[in-house]
Amino acid sequence: MLNVRLYMLQRLSALVMAPLVVGHIAVMIVAVQGGLTTAEILSRTQGSLWWMLFYGLFVIAVSVHAAIGLRVVAYEWLGVKQKLSALLSIIVFIGLLILGMRAVFAVTLS
Amino acid sequence: MTDSNTETLNVSVWRGDASGGQFRDYQVPVQENQTVLDVVTWIQQKIDDTLSYRFACRVGMCGSCAMTVNGEPRWTCRTHVNRVTQSSSLEIGPLRNLPVIKDLTTDMDPFFDKWTKAGGTHRASRSRNDGMVPVDPASKERMIASEGIECINCAVCYAACDTVAANPQYLGPASLQRAWTLVNDEKHDDRSAVLRAVAAEGGCYNCHSHGSCTRYCPVELNPMKAVAGLKRTTVAKLWGK
Repeated sequence: MLNVRLYMLQRLSALVMAPLVVGHIAVMIVAVQGGLTTAEILSRTQGSLWWMLFYGLFVIAVSVHAAIGLRVVAYEWLGVKQKLSALLSIIVFIGLLILGMRAVFAVTLS
Repeated sequence: MTDSNTETLNVSVWRGDASGGQFRDYQVPVQENQTVLDVVTWIQQKIDDTLSYRFACRVGMCGSCAMTVNGEPRWTCRTHVNRVTQSSSLEIGPLRNLPVIKDLTTDMDPFFDKWTKAGGTHRASRSRNDGMVPVDPASKERMIASEGIECINCAVCYAACDTVAANPQYLGPASLQRAWTLVNDEKHDDRSAVLRAVAAEGGCYNCHSHGSCTRYCPVELNPMKAVAGLKRTTVAKLWGK
């Protein structure tokens, strides 16, 4: 089911995600202090290359990590055939990547 | 053992073959120091001689008598009844994750096929004319190998492993532990071939580190640690280390 490439991709993506999750939660805690409004969020993110890179990298790592994880779940728990679970994981990867990147560009491009 | 007394044990034994079966109840007299294998043997000798089961040494060396006892895989010759009974009842079935031949006897072929697939066959690095490879018993490699060489191939870990149950390709804890001992064995030729075998599909990366193998191993080995060693070593190879 998992070869060395997928195994390492999943671990490396987890490694990338760990500090980003902490950063994301920290920003959320700080951001809600003054009330959570669309304008307040957009004022921080729009036109910011830094936030684009932060969440862009986050989305790539999540897409890779979730797709590989779901591939194994589909095969081992849901009894999906190996080739189909591989195909499903590619669809999940592309889907999460498109949805995530659209959201990142929507809030960071001014 | 003392003579049988009036106390009896309610024993459910799985009877059937590859096409299916069910548990059948037997009454077995309680005896002192009775093992689960003693109970099965008593049923076979006194009640129903068509009951099939496998055993050989009766002293925990040959690894042939493993069965599922009250839902958990165990070596039956070294499992005392009084340590596993719940309200004087016992349920004995064939090992999980292996095809049943008949009653308590499972087909061990898939287990040993995977053992071979993981590179478990010893390949000597020297011929009989070359003399022995000097092995320092205190060397780090030898000590790692020694941790796993007492495996009796009883397949208790294989039956306990949820990953084996969910993923038929997975080589399983016993074969990977065997591979890990060879990777650390100076007498083994082409150790990188073993690493290639365990890194292939169905290999060490499929292990989820549930730890059931280590929890149930009757000789208290640590196959989970061996699999972790294989993951670490094969990945390090990838980086040229």
